[in-house]
Amino acid sequence: MRRFLAHNARRRNNFTNCVLQHGTFPLRIWTSTSSPGHFSGSVTSGGSASAPPLTLDTINPKVLKCEYAVLGETFILAQRLQQKLKENPGSNPFNELLYCNLGNPHSLGQQPITFFREVLALCDHPTMLDRAETRGYFSADAVERAFQILNQIPERATGAYSHTQGIKGLRDTIASGIEARDGYPADPNDIFLIDGASPAVHIIIQLLIRSEKDGILCPIPQYPLYSGSVALHGGSLVPYYLDEETGWGLEISELKNQLETAKSKGITVRALVVINPGNPTGQVLAESNQREIVDFCKNEGLVLLADEVYQENVYVPDKKFHSFKKVSQSMKYGEEDIPLVSLQSISKGYYGECGRRGGYMEVTGFSSEIREQIYKVASLDTCSNISGQILASLVMNPPKVGDESYESFSAEKEAILSSLARRAKTLEDALNSLEGVTCNRAEGAMYLFPRIELPKKAIEAAKAVNTAPDAFYARCLLHATGIVVIPGCGFGQVPGQWHFRCTILPQEDKIPVIVSRLTEFHKAFMDEFRD
Amino acid sequence: MSKPLDYENLNENVKKCQYAVRGELYLRASELQKEGKKIIFTNVGNPHALGQKPLTFPRQVIALCQAPFLLDDPNVGLVFPSDTIARAKHYLSLTSGGLGAYSDSRGVPGIRKEVAEFIERRDGYPSDPELIFLTDGASKGVMQILNATIRGDRDGILVPVPQYPLYSATISLLGGSLIPYYLEETANWGLDIVNLRQSVAQARSQGITVRAMVIINPGNPTGQCLSIANLKEVLQFCYQNNLVLLGDEVYQQNIYQDERPFISARKVLMDMGGPISKELQLVSFHTVSKGYWGECGQRGGYFEMTNISPKTVEEIYKVASISLSPNVPGQIFLGLMVNPPKPGDISYERFVRESKGILESLRKRAQIMTDGFNSCRNVVCNFTEGAMYSFPQIRLPPKAIEAAKKAGKVPDVFYCLKLLEATGISTVPGSGFGQKDGVFHLRTTILPAEEDMPAIMASFKKFNDEFMEQYEDYRGYSRM
Repeated sequence: MRRFLAHNARRRNNFTNCVLQHGTFPLRIWTSTSSPGHFSGSVTSGGSASAPPLTLDTINPKVLKCEYAVLGETFILAQRLQQKLKENPGSNPFNELLYCNLGNPHSLGQQPITFFREVLALCDHPTMLDRAETRGYFSADAVERAFQILNQIPERATGAYSHTQGIKGLRDTIASGIEARDGYPADPNDIFLIDGASPAVHIIIQLLIRSEKDGILCPIPQYPLYSGSVALHGGSLVPYYLDEETGWGLEISELKNQLETAKSKGITVRALVVINPGNPTGQVLAESNQREIVDFCKNEGLVLLADEVYQENVYVPDKKFHSFKKVSQSMKYGEEDIPLVSLQSISKGYYGECGRRGGYMEVTGFSSEIREQIYKVASLDTCSNISGQILASLVMNPPKVGDESYESFSAEKEAILSSLARRAKTLEDALNSLEGVTCNRAEGAMYLFPRIELPKKAIEAAKAVNTAPDAFYARCLLHATGIVVIPGCGFGQVPGQWHFRCTILPQEDKIPVIVSRLTEFHKAFMDEFRD
Repeated sequence: MSKPLDYENLNENVKKCQYAVRGELYLRASELQKEGKKIIFTNVGNPHALGQKPLTFPRQVIALCQAPFLLDDPNVGLVFPSDTIARAKHYLSLTSGGLGAYSDSRGVPGIRKEVAEFIERRDGYPSDPELIFLTDGASKGVMQILNATIRGDRDGILVPVPQYPLYSATISLLGGSLIPYYLEETANWGLDIVNLRQSVAQARSQGITVRAMVIINPGNPTGQCLSIANLKEVLQFCYQNNLVLLGDEVYQQNIYQDERPFISARKVLMDMGGPISKELQLVSFHTVSKGYWGECGQRGGYFEMTNISPKTVEEIYKVASISLSPNVPGQIFLGLMVNPPKPGDISYERFVRESKGILESLRKRAQIMTDGFNSCRNVVCNFTEGAMYSFPQIRLPPKAIEAAKKAGKVPDVFYCLKLLEATGISTVPGSGFGQKDGVFHLRTTILPAEEDMPAIMASFKKFNDEFMEQYEDYRGYSRM
């Protein structure tokens, strides 16, 4: 008995000590203390005696204001811990960190799709195509595809800048892929190949926001690229809450309420962001819901920004991905199509090629004048990286039945997707078994977003170290188990509620240890702080 | 109800920003190309598009990184040189999961270290990898730093005229003010410190806070290589006026004369020693797109910060992290560029042969073009000391200027469109880069293949002489 109490006492010290040691964070804490808006600090001219020209006082205040929790505080703590483990193995109760913070599959052992890599290698070094001894390393259809792609590139030069929107032939392929997916035609001139979804979002937000009086409707919880980009461009974030009780449902009444509230504050709402499948929430929208959303945008005069990067990640038989383009086309507005920006990326799906930075935005329903402006802003960067462009075309036009690589390709794809579905279920069940934790199923995407009922004592302990309660929980979890998650405050949540985002990406053989460590930790945490 | 996103309700800054390199001339050239006309694109520094072959070594390494299953094959050593295999393995081990994993938002740490080591070898002073951020091309880095600096329209950035219009476009987009300082064409596009001081004084009198100064060395479109004395002047000037110096050094490998080899702004700063070397804030930019590499399509680059405080660096890191990470293949190209094959490596000889071949040819082409332009009586062209462009001054007769006005075009745009339609040569009018009032230029690259150069210059001369015949009437030329 005494031993047990003493053991508990040590653990109590562990949690608060850990946070005290690492909790006060000089650079960024969960509520930003830097005040944006006005130029704080003047930059005087003349001589060495005055403050240097670029400092925290004189930096663009929008930079100070924007946040990106996915690579924020908790992640930075994890990096430090990683360093400590390297220098001092045995200094912690675990010998490796378990990264569940970022949708970065290959970093956790997921293998690239062989066919895709074959084609990319051949395009990067076409000499291999010209010599029989090297060509023999590759499947015949990869060779054929590489030839096809290189013929679409002037001089076979993958090292040359392309057209700003991307190589025409690749856009043709992608347009065909979109048509095959949706059953409605796609125009290659509507497609902009980009270095990942993020630059596309920046371009569109930049076009829309004239001042802080312009607002963008963003889901709460959301992937903080949106809040970050809105802050960076000086606009206003207009939140709309997804309903956790109904599997993170999107209610039009909520959209309407938030729109009216924003209007009453003098904000002009310019666009609606919808992430489908959702991040961090994982829900897949029902088609009827999507039609309501399109109607809403039409009636309210909003641009619809559809983040569809997880379109190939759907794990439940009762849901299916439908693109907003398809839904919108099926509603037959014709000339009066809603302005729609559809985003796809090569970073997710079953291919997970995050490090390439590739993807596209399909831009429909805009005037040609606006299309020119989009082109103009995109052209400042000249073009996106060619390798990523090629990969985007492969993702939208993978091997088909009858192709030499089809069977092995299918097997690889199936293995990854079914494994993701299994991991989603296992983790969901594990989370739901924890005291005070409820977790909606991950219908799609790559994350689970459980809600934790934190006891009052825990909330007070968090306050005492000047930390948000869910960040406190995440930090304790990190220091006790090495598991890295992102606290819900980074994504937004109903005030007074606490969540964290955990990816389903660690390899299947790591899942049991994650479950057991998490379960053990949570029990100890609740024992410590239970009311 | 007006459309949700229409020209009227578009962000004003977007309306203001212009980027001529991919503007009117380029679009017209693309149209003509679609109609079947042969176009010689000399509008952008895009070497591989004009036949320059990629260097073999990096392509071998990247192919092995793309398809690591090749490395597992027992016979790979028969097909790939052993140093390419070693390098591929080395870079793959530095990544967090191969080419397909996000790296650190600042770039793969091991590659940043290679960049720091390169800078140290080049300049003779240690460089801190923590202050080096890899980016998807140098342009993204420039945009990030300008975004951190510009708070509003009261913040001014000193930019050379003529300049590469990424600077003017980005400053417009970010809502800042561009403060031009004119390079002196008659002094080989040299820096004029008097003009610089005047520009700053004028800006300040209008209530503008001058925040930073851009130098492009070697220059684009002008090609001039700054002397040590010039660089010292610039550094002192920035120090005295409390400016961040932005050193665009992407053409540092492209030097075509021997009097003024490339010397980095950082080296000059460190050589100066004293308080300035510890206080003057400098950001230096480099890329894999230029030099003798010309790997534009990879989008690989970096910026190095000097004397920027850790807290400010943190904020810049934060913004970079929103885009997660620069593309990993581009980072590997950068690593290979700063750490190329060494004497004794199997690939060394071929690498040197290929590199030298490209640089020697560029030097020749710079000369052919300069001479070709200067052989036209109404054209004056400074020699291309570095970079990849020729920026001849075209003296236009008044009748031509009138005709341009009638057609609703700026005179140099008018000239360049006619040149395009007559010869297929696609250039960028000087107005896209900035020039003194009433003085006209065009920018072309020196990149068309060496064997095509004589024909291209002959074609230009023929067009120009015919143009002059059509519009000349002995009333004299445009000023200067």
